[in-house]
Amino acid sequence: MSQSAEKVLDHMTLFRAPEYTDMFESKKTCFEGGHPDAKVQEIADWTKSWDYREKNFAREALVINPAKACQPLGAIFAAVGFEGTLPFVHGSQGCVSYFRSHFNRHFKEPSSAVSSSMTEDAAVFGGLNNMVDGLSNSYSLYKPKMIAVSTTCMAEVIGDDLDSFIKTAKQKGSIPEEFDVPFAHTPSFVGSHITGYDNMMKGILTHFWEKAERKENAKINFVGGFDGYTVGNLREIKRMFELMGLDYTILGDNSDVWDTPTDGEYRMYDGGTKMEAARDALNAKGTVFMQNYGTEKTAEYVKSKGQEALVFNHPVGVTATDEFLMAISKLTGKEIPAALELERGRLLDAMADSQAYLHGKKFALYGDPSMVMGLTAFLLEMGAEPVHVLATNGNKDWAAEMQALLDASPFGQGCKAHAGKDLWHMRSLLATEPVDFLIGNTYGKFLERDIGTPLIRIGFPVFDRHHHHRSPVWGYQGSLNVLVKILDKIFDEMDKSTNVPGKTDYSYDIIR
Amino acid sequence: MSALRQIAFYGKGGIGKSTTSQNTLAALAEMGQKILIVGCDPKADSTRLILHAKAQDTVLSLAAEAGSVEDLEIEDVLKFGYRNIKCTESGGPEPGVGCAGRGVITAINFLEENGAYDDMDYVSYDVLGDVVCGGFAMPIRENKAQEIYIVMSGEMMAMYAANNISKGILKYANAGGVRLGGLICNERQTDKELELAEALAKKLNTQLIHFVPRDNVVQHAELRRMTVLEYAPDSKQAEEYRQLAQKIHANAGKGTIPTPITMDELEDLLLEFGVMEQVDESIIGKAAAA
Repeated sequence: MSQSAEKVLDHMTLFRAPEYTDMFESKKTCFEGGHPDAKVQEIADWTKSWDYREKNFAREALVINPAKACQPLGAIFAAVGFEGTLPFVHGSQGCVSYFRSHFNRHFKEPSSAVSSSMTEDAAVFGGLNNMVDGLSNSYSLYKPKMIAVSTTCMAEVIGDDLDSFIKTAKQKGSIPEEFDVPFAHTPSFVGSHITGYDNMMKGILTHFWEKAERKENAKINFVGGFDGYTVGNLREIKRMFELMGLDYTILGDNSDVWDTPTDGEYRMYDGGTKMEAARDALNAKGTVFMQNYGTEKTAEYVKSKGQEALVFNHPVGVTATDEFLMAISKLTGKEIPAALELERGRLLDAMADSQAYLHGKKFALYGDPSMVMGLTAFLLEMGAEPVHVLATNGNKDWAAEMQALLDASPFGQGCKAHAGKDLWHMRSLLATEPVDFLIGNTYGKFLERDIGTPLIRIGFPVFDRHHHHRSPVWGYQGSLNVLVKILDKIFDEMDKSTNVPGKTDYSYDIIR
Repeated sequence: MSALRQIAFYGKGGIGKSTTSQNTLAALAEMGQKILIVGCDPKADSTRLILHAKAQDTVLSLAAEAGSVEDLEIEDVLKFGYRNIKCTESGGPEPGVGCAGRGVITAINFLEENGAYDDMDYVSYDVLGDVVCGGFAMPIRENKAQEIYIVMSGEMMAMYAANNISKGILKYANAGGVRLGGLICNERQTDKELELAEALAKKLNTQLIHFVPRDNVVQHAELRRMTVLEYAPDSKQAEEYRQLAQKIHANAGKGTIPTPITMDELEDLLLEFGVMEQVDESIIGKAAAA
């Protein structure tokens, strides 16, 4: 027996024991009927050729490993950022299980969201009863302060109308008339998680703002967009804004609900933008959008209310952070404090210290459009060459803006932006035009294994490394974190390639 | 600019919905109104008389070509026709596959988001048949059509459909702002048609907004893919459509919440007017005696 109570083997070692390896081998030879290993290798090699790359890029009707998720995931991300808010997805249970586990695996925190549990009868007769019962159950069981409703594919295909459903549910007494129930239609088959974030954020603001009169004050609002580093980033933004002495409201502040302490009390809801603050946010001078791609409709909406919209693309690095802070300083009339200038100097110093290791290194990046744009700008600033930049959920505008950014830098020559492409395209790019490092989320580890390009994990989701979401990637401090993530991998790789005793270890240095 | 007025035409298939709506809208255009027609029918024939075209390229067919709706430009799907009426068709799947209702939702969202409604006086939806699923109810949802006009005739099934559509409107009327604007009777020369249509309108808590008499000039105009307003502007029929247009124009905000009736009540109505004879229940389902 390979398992015993004295020494329990986990899955990593258990299946390496002979009884398992023999079994797998016999299964393969006797039952699987696969091609010979040489043939498999031949085809695998061919899929890394230019010939295959051209076929791969001519692909029209199939997507393989898209680097994006669907709208309701983003809707939940936005919703939990409001005080005591329960995300309610009008659709089937399986969808919502996936959303909960996705966040739970990334943030290592429980993540609450409910579904209206639609089944076949709801698909035929419409989901009104599910909405009526669902809202009533959610309200009485989970005692939220607000319920934010989004939809899935099924509800959208049959055309369920959230507005009238919610009103009807209130008329039927399932929840009190005055209870806040903002909503957004978020068909999963349109756009991606960033579209869902945008729709829900706009839905919530519309709910609070639509019937109110705007009286401008000196405050500003901040909208982070869908962001895997939201816990660290929003805390960093608050720190910087407080250093600047700003009067501000973070809209959708989910930094606490995904970082609850272990102190014996379970918090289904924690932190979040207060209802009163969300309502009052209409009166702000302007709203700062940290990720232009994925908050377009919300930005349009705040502008239609008379606010100024400051729009950024996930600023990382000195130039981008400078622009970010100066624009906010200009909008609010508040000076950038000496403390932040000091941080700027420290970042610049760190970049100068390490610049030689990044200069001329070739990178491939993928992820959400604004994030990869911000990271690309930082790489260019460091003299690195971002050869392939890919966003499955990037649109034509993104591709054009991204290409212009690359073309404007001597380090971006010959580099290309790929909008709407997937990770199977990325595989062809990496195989035919190799780079030194790949920046992406956890799913990039399969490319790392297959092609051999070392993966630097920046993005969402990161399931297989812990706690990175607790440190910011925005601001001067955040930029320093990004720099360190990249450098750590560079040095690890240098060590790996110089560690053969007596052969290559003349460069196996203590000092880098 | 006056507030955007949104209306929709519903009715049983083949009742002359598209013909009536296009003629009426042409008359509204004559009155100087800026109009957008949104055809919500996979057949895509809601704009042929205005455009003089067989069938317009639809939002969904163009989206299928381009890859997705996001890849479309608004200019690709908007055509200008008679008196600068803007025309667009949602389109939909081939009969027997897919979900046409979803197509209506996608198309309307696309048009709204891309500014097709800007600077318009009227948006008119022309919707196929009954309100069969959520997608075809899209125009009667909140913030869409304020009034629904049901095109019907004195035929039993047309009245049945009108009653069904009223049920659809009622579903949304309680929670939202949609109202029934009135019935438009397209004359089929059935017995006591006018009286019957008026009686049904009364039962549904609405009005018979206009009784459009049958006139062959409509067919002649159709053969040339024209509205009567354009083909024979001085004809009596053109005048009828002008009257209807005037009435609809003056009907803003006067819609009502419909009170749909049961099948039995509908049959009673037909009995009352002697259109249907009192049937001896014992002969139901029995073949004619040899």
